[in-house]
Amino acid sequence: MPHVRLVNVTKRFGTVTAVDNLNFTIEKGECFSMLGPSGCGKTTTLRMVAGFENMDDGEVYVGDRLLSSPAKNFYLPPEKRDFGMVFQAFAVWPHLSVYENVAFPLRIRKVNSAELHKRVTDALTATNLLDSASASPDDLSGGGKQRVALARALAINPDVMLLDEPLSSLDPHLREEMRFEIKALQRRYGFCIIYVTHDQSEAMALSDRILVMRGGVAQQIDSPLNIYANPANRFVFSFIGLSNFLEVHKANNAYRLAGGDCLPEGLAPPPALAGHERLSLASRPAEIEFSDAPNVLRGQVARKAYLGETIDYLVKLGEQSLRVQKARHSPGPEQGTNCGLLLLRPTWYA
Amino acid sequence: MSAPVRKKFFVGTAGIILFLSIAVLVVFVAFPVVLILFNAFWTKGAFNLVDVAAVLREPDTYQALLNSVFIAGGTTIGSTIIGTFFAWLVTRTDLPYKNFMKGMFLVPFMLPSFIGALAWKMLLSPRAGYINRLFMDYFGFDGPVFNIYSYYGIMAVEVMYLFPFVFIQVCGALERMDPTLEESARISGAGLFTITRRITIPLVLPSILSGALLIMLYSMAHFGTVAVLGIENGIFNIPTLIYERIHQSAGSFAAIRTGTVLATVLVVSAAFIIWLQGKVLGKGRYQIIAGKSFRPMELKLRGLRYPLLILCLAYIGFTIVLPTVVIFMVGGLKTYGLPFTMENLSLDNYKFILFDYKTTKDAIWNSVSLGLSAAVITMFAGVMISYVIVKMKVRGKGILEFLGMLPFSVPGSVIALGVILAWSGKFGVNLYNTVWIILVAYIARYMAFSLKANSAALEQVHDSLIEAARACGASMWQSLRDIVLPLVRPGMFAAFFLIFLPSLRELTVSIMLYAPTTRTIGVAIYTLNEDGETVMSAALAGIALVIIITGQTLITGLTGASVKAK
Ligand SMILES: Nc1ncnc2c1ncn2[C@@H]1O[C@H](COP(=O)(O)OP(=O)(O)OP(=O)(O)O)[C@@H](O)[C@H]1O
Ligand SMILES: [Mg+2]
Repeated sequence: MPHVRLVNVTKRFGTVTAVDNLNFTIEKGECFSMLGPSGCGKTTTLRMVAGFENMDDGEVYVGDRLLSSPAKNFYLPPEKRDFGMVFQAFAVWPHLSVYENVAFPLRIRKVNSAELHKRVTDALTATNLLDSASASPDDLSGGGKQRVALARALAINPDVMLLDEPLSSLDPHLREEMRFEIKALQRRYGFCIIYVTHDQSEAMALSDRILVMRGGVAQQIDSPLNIYANPANRFVFSFIGLSNFLEVHKANNAYRLAGGDCLPEGLAPPPALAGHERLSLASRPAEIEFSDAPNVLRGQVARKAYLGETIDYLVKLGEQSLRVQKARHSPGPEQGTNCGLLLLRPTWYA
Repeated sequence: MSAPVRKKFFVGTAGIILFLSIAVLVVFVAFPVVLILFNAFWTKGAFNLVDVAAVLREPDTYQALLNSVFIAGGTTIGSTIIGTFFAWLVTRTDLPYKNFMKGMFLVPFMLPSFIGALAWKMLLSPRAGYINRLFMDYFGFDGPVFNIYSYYGIMAVEVMYLFPFVFIQVCGALERMDPTLEESARISGAGLFTITRRITIPLVLPSILSGALLIMLYSMAHFGTVAVLGIENGIFNIPTLIYERIHQSAGSFAAIRTGTVLATVLVVSAAFIIWLQGKVLGKGRYQIIAGKSFRPMELKLRGLRYPLLILCLAYIGFTIVLPTVVIFMVGGLKTYGLPFTMENLSLDNYKFILFDYKTTKDAIWNSVSLGLSAAVITMFAGVMISYVIVKMKVRGKGILEFLGMLPFSVPGSVIALGVILAWSGKFGVNLYNTVWIILVAYIARYMAFSLKANSAALEQVHDSLIEAARACGASMWQSLRDIVLPLVRPGMFAAFFLIFLPSLRELTVSIMLYAPTTRTIGVAIYTLNEDGETVMSAALAGIALVIIITGQTLITGLTGASVKAK
């Protein structure tokens, strides 16, 4: 039985539908990420799970416990949901010591003092904060503050942890380090995570599954590998990793690049898309080979740039262009020369 | 070898600006204050603390000290409670018409409190007050329901005009506070009441305290309300006693002694309060402001929504509308005490005051010209001084920074007394009984406003902008003229109006310095009232209100428009 369940969840702000009929489930101990461009409704979804935002339609369950359902006129306030939550801006209380910050949820629950001390100490140990227990959070660095927020969320040993861009206020180096700390804490405590981010590498590194959203609508829910390798649609393809799109027109039963040559033999859309006049041909810059074979795309290198480990090519195909990335040592054409291009995994979208 | 030459020139001009800045502050502010201290502590050719203690032990003086503390304490507590409550109500609840309410609660900032005191005197003086009479005549009360000539009357009126200091600070803190601070308490399991008590209030406490201290500072040194309502019952605070002594025996040695000692007490307590405020803000100001935030949680008032709305409206009606209406009505009466009927009311008083009555015509002219001159002079002096403090790196700046703090801690009555000591001929210049002495005092009094507005504007101008201009080959003067001045112009405008509008209603300083021909609007209202010309006094107060409110509206419109134009 899945642990967290969202059923047909919808949220409107005035005329804007921030979240549109969203469904997903999360298993116990799973790390589930929501990924998408700014304003796509990730935070809104998370806040509906937390109970900070009322929803217009749908239901949210944890286990078999109903949390909200407008249809049944039922709503459990956030303070009754027993979640852990970490916010982007840390939100640690500056007037309380690190220890008291972490103890707060336990004090609210009137946990007896011996147990409280043990659990606070546990949480502080797990987050490497024991030495700063009596410090004021304002004296800690950004990473330190975020650890306090994590420890505070851990204190009640929740089985669902909600994280809204918890690392985006940290510098890049610290961000990677904290990622692994969160993962380690999850293994140790066994909670499931709902993680909001618009940093795809973060989502890839942390998650068991990723939900890609756009304009409040779920685009794909899948493992990180599948999201990258088998994007459900053009949007997901373009959102994850680097991507190229070539516009292709069908005329007289032949496929031709918009403003360019006919496509070489063998490069054609799958039969399912054969009825469309206009198509996009998607590819990843790293999945393109330079080739001298006869049946390949032909173009001219318009720009060749060294980016440290990789070389970045911009290849003109008539009016359109493609990016190609190759490892530093691999041989390739020079700027201004003509070349042939073989797409290793051409993907078609209507 | 042109660089060293330019460098020298730079030090030269910087030196001149520094010298001018120090000179302005010394002449206008430091010198009078030093004279006060000197007169307080230096008697019979020696430094003399015993004498100071003796003056403080005199029953009248001692009582005035106690009164100042008592009234300021009560006013501060009352204003803090009311200000915090209303701030919470308009920022954190679903009270209807919140924005309108917020605007209304700030209106008392505009209104001069001594005009308010005058209105409350008309409403609640024990025998003649309209409200008291209403209760005695129609509801069979034996005596007045409330006597405004009392400590509590004074405190109540001061609270009405001072609570916005706390209100605006707390509103700001509550609005800017990162809502996730409260949300994380909620997800931790705390209910709204616990959150308010354990998270919200502790986090805004520095703002509450800082507003409270501001009120304390203001009330300790406040003249108008106590002068209008206290003197009748012999209630004096420090500023009113200083006025009383100086006024009664112009320039007698004993009066000057008492005055300077009391003024010293004011300066010291003001400095202490400002120091305390710095502590509260410096140590206790938490980083509670977040970059990106949702709107804060709103408490659903449910059944209390409309009762609280009515409470707010009643408060506004009772403390803002009612006194204002009374001023205009009384200003229209033929004689004070007549009932408000159509045949008793007319615009004659207003016409008389504006066109025929020399005293009031002079007063209006004096106030406007004094206000304009003080605003222009102080604005320019403020830009120069702030520029040195904020932007220049020269030796000797420390002195200026210290001097720049001074205007903030010198209350009006102290300035007036200091100016009398400095400019009555003892040092070769005698401005006493002329408008010039009032101008000098206004410049000292409003320097703090100008420094604040201008340094805020200058801090926005990043050093690199000036450096870029210098790198492009502009001289220091050119970079000042072409880069800095245009950028701080909004700050200068702000300073101008921050000085001009309040100076139109100034009372504390002018009352100590006026001569028969140099009354200001405030002085004229006050003296007309003292002389029993209540209707004339009310009519002039009404005209002052019209001028102030029109001015304020114009400025809000202007600055609003210029903000939009950007
Ligand atoms: N309180 C609100 N009132 C009105 N509209 C809102 C409110 N909160 C969010 N929205 C709108 O709902 C949409 C989704 O917002 P949301 O904050 O969930 O996006 P997000 O995916 O978290 O974006 P980001 O990556 O920028 O945090 C946006 O169009 C936003 O403008
Ligand atoms: Mg968000």
